[in-house]
Parts: sequence; structure tokens; C-alpha cells
Amino acid sequence: MQNIIEVKNLTKKFKDLTAVDNISFDIKKGEIFGFLGPNGAGKSTTIKMLTTLLNPTSGEISLNGHNPVYEANEVRHSFGIVFQDPSLDDELTAYENMEFHGVLYGIPKKLRRQKIEELLNFVELWDRRDSFVKQYSGGMKRRLEIARGLMHSPKILFLDEPTLGLDPQTRNHMWKYLRDHNKSEGITVFFTTHYMEEAERNAQRIAIIDHGKIVATGTSEELKKQTNKNSLEDAFLELTGNTIREEEGSSLDKIRTMRRRWTGGRK
Amino acid sequence: MKTIYILWIRQLKRYVRSKSRMIGSLAQPLLFLVSLGYGFGHVFEQAGQGSYINFLAPGIIAMSIIFSAIFMGMEIIWDRQFGFLKETLVAPVSRMNIMIGRTLGGATVATMQGIIVFLISMIAGFTPYNCALVPFAILVMVLVSVMFTAFGTMVASFLDDMHGFQMIMNFLVMPMFFMSGALFPFEGLPPAIATIAKFDPLSYGVDAFRTLLINQSHFGLGIDVLVLSVITFIFLSLGSYFFSKIQI
Repeated sequence: MQNIIEVKNLTKKFKDLTAVDNISFDIKKGEIFGFLGPNGAGKSTTIKMLTTLLNPTSGEISLNGHNPVYEANEVRHSFGIVFQDPSLDDELTAYENMEFHGVLYGIPKKLRRQKIEELLNFVELWDRRDSFVKQYSGGMKRRLEIARGLMHSPKILFLDEPTLGLDPQTRNHMWKYLRDHNKSEGITVFFTTHYMEEAERNAQRIAIIDHGKIVATGTSEELKKQTNKNSLEDAFLELTGNTIREEEGSSLDKIRTMRRRWTGGRK
Repeated sequence: MKTIYILWIRQLKRYVRSKSRMIGSLAQPLLFLVSLGYGFGHVFEQAGQGSYINFLAPGIIAMSIIFSAIFMGMEIIWDRQFGFLKETLVAPVSRMNIMIGRTLGGATVATMQGIIVFLISMIAGFTPYNCALVPFAILVMVLVSVMFTAFGTMVASFLDDMHGFQMIMNFLVMPMFFMSGALFPFEGLPPAIATIAKFDPLSYGVDAFRTLLINQSHFGLGIDVLVLSVITFIFLSLGSYFFSKIQI
């Protein structure tokens, strides 16, 4: 099978900190791929580089055959994304949020209308399409974001901790949509999570990243065998250690952002 | 083109829908107009300067425009905090188009505010000297609106959250408003104040409004429009540059 994502020797440095350290991995077309790691391990930085939000310091990425640095527009057409925090406009209705997305992605009007109806039905929000997003619950917002992310028929869907703070019912529903879509459309799913059980249940293959390096890849069975543990959670702890990671405080984060901006980072 | 349109319409929808914001942003200019206009009217007239309401109204129009334009430009900070900015930044649209759409949207809202304040001031007793020149005054309103929306975008590109907003208001926006001659005539100012006023871009907006609405000019309309256009161009370029450097 063909690789839809190829990452070779990818590195991202922020001045004194190496957030992603020479990682390489491939993801096959149609695969559901789990990307696990403790806080601050480099998951989000990797996703940002894959999705054109951040330029790598070195290394190569190929996404659907395109390079995010030089062919940003082609890459942007190839993926949909559900971010860690909601990214909807609360002051608009669900329908208007979808419409906004469709126009930005250049979907012609007729197809746009049809897609919006189809996808809002798919995530069971069609009846609430004219409600303002600010009246939505957390779970409904997530479903809307998934529908939005699928609207331009992307080849790859990125999900950054998509089920954070959702109840098991919503989580199950959400994964049902995603697995259905994965089967019917052959869409590749790349997701991060802290719930090991979720990774075990849904990911066909898993990579574990720690301190910016990939420490293991394989199916959940392979990871358990490799570490001689009974559960993925134990395997994960064996691979990444038991110490609690001090996530950089937001002030430090801010300083880094400021620094990056002053030293002329990238778009 | 369509992407610019959808970004523009989004700003308008947000503005029309938040009634409280609309009313709030009109209350302040109204308060200035009534308290200063009627409060100082007598003194102003005795000094032989004519009607203070007439003199003040163009300044208050400028005030409502600068405040709402900068606020609209700085809305990017909200979009960033609420995550919506990311949605636009991963879309296959150039940052230039995003910036243009947002700026036009913000400028449209600010111009609308200016026109509403213009109408309100007419109720308060303001009379433009020549109605045929009002459309030209509105064109200058558009120019001033674009200028300060771009300025707001530029400033917002440096800020990560709303904490900086108050500081920008106190150290940039308020001085620009108070030093612009919106409330007092340029004639007879102490040299230091006159020099500061000359470096304040809003001064030229206020002067252009006065020229077109009450036929009182200090710098001359040609200079006003030239300075406003050049500064608008500079703010737009800097705004797009810094906006293109935003990282999430």
C-alpha cells in the first residue's frame, strides 16, 4: 500500500529547546494512526509542521505527495483538522460556520450546500443547524468540527486530542463516525490522545513520542509484546517512564512565541 | 475574491448581531457630544468661535471611527484566543487575502459607526454646511477606517492575549484621540502641542471632516488626503507583514 504521509529526519528547534528531534515515520493510505506521548513530548509541534502552521528546522515531510513548506496550498487541500481547542466562531450558526469553511476551501455553491446537509446529518446536527454555536455543548461543537473538517473531502484527517472532556457516549459516537468514514471514503486518520484505551480500540498502528523522539512504533499488540506488559497503558509507561512531565508554563510558552516572532519565524 | 467576501460578511454579521456592543460603542460618542457640546458651547461662542456642537461633531465622528476601527482590527486577538484564527490559517487561502477581508470588514463596521454618529449629532443640533459634500466626508471616513483597522491588526499581531489591550488603549489610542484636535481648534495651540498634533495621523482625519462638513480647514484638504493615504498604505503593508508572521 501507498504511503500518504512520509516524514524523514524531521527536527524542530526553538532556540534552546529541541521540540522534535530527528523523527521519521510513514503512514499508509487509509490507516488510522495513533500518535501518543506525554505532555510536551512534541505531538502538537509535529502536527503543526504537518499542517503548514510551522516550518521545520530540518528534515522532510511529504503529505499526499506534497511538501508543506513549498506547496502549502496543495497540502492544505489534502487534510482536514480538528484542533485540541475548539476553533469555531461562536457568534455564527453551525450552518454559517460550515458555509464559511466551504467558501474558504473553494467548494462550488451547489456541492457546498449538498455537502453541508450530508455532513450535518452524518453528525446528527442538521436539526440544530440554525442555532448559534455558543448555544452548543462541548460534544456538539466537536461533532460540528468533525463535520467541518470532512467537508472538503480531505485525504487525511488530523485530530489533536479530539475526545478531551467528552463523555463516553459522545466519544463512542464520534469514533463511530470516524471509523465509518474511514471505511467508506478510505480517509486516513491521524490522532493524538492521552486515553490509552481509545488508542488501543481505534488505532491500527501507534507511534509513541517522548522528548521529541519516537521511542516505539507498531500495533498495540506489538507494543505490549515488545515491553512484556499486559496493557497499552503499562507499555506506554514502560517506554516513557513514570515521571510527571512539567509542561512548560504558559508564560514560558508566551516568551517563546514572542521570541519566535521577533526573530522572524514563519507565517 | 469570494474568500475576501466571506471574511467581510462574517465581520458584519458579528457586528450586527451583538446589539450590546453596538449600543455600547454609540453611548460614548453621544456622551462626549452632549456633555462637551452643550457644556462648553457657551464659552466657545463667547470666545467668538461660533457653535461648539458644529465644531465638535466632526471630531466625535473621528473618535467613534478610531475606537471602533482599532477594536475591529484587534479582534484577531479574540479569534486567536477562541481558536477561530487557526481555522482560517490552515485553509488554502493566502494570508494577504485573509488580511484584506478582515480589514475591509472592520473598516466597513467603523464607517457605519461614523455614519450613525453623524446622524445622531444632527439630532443634537449639528448642521453640515453643504449637504453635497457629505458623500465625500463618508469617503474620508472609509479611508480613516481602513487606516486604523490596519493599525489595530498590526498591533494585535504582537499581542497574545487581551492583557495588552488596555495598555494600547491608554498609551496609543487615547493620546491619538486627545491630541488630534477633535475637541479643540489647532489655531493658537502652544508650539509643543501643535507639533505633537502634526504627528498624529488622526489630526488629518479630523481636519478633513471639518473641511468637508463645516468648511474650516487647517492643513488643507489636499494635504489631509495625501497624508491619510500614505499612512494608510504604510499601516496596511506593516499590518499584512506582521499578520503573515503570526504563529499559533
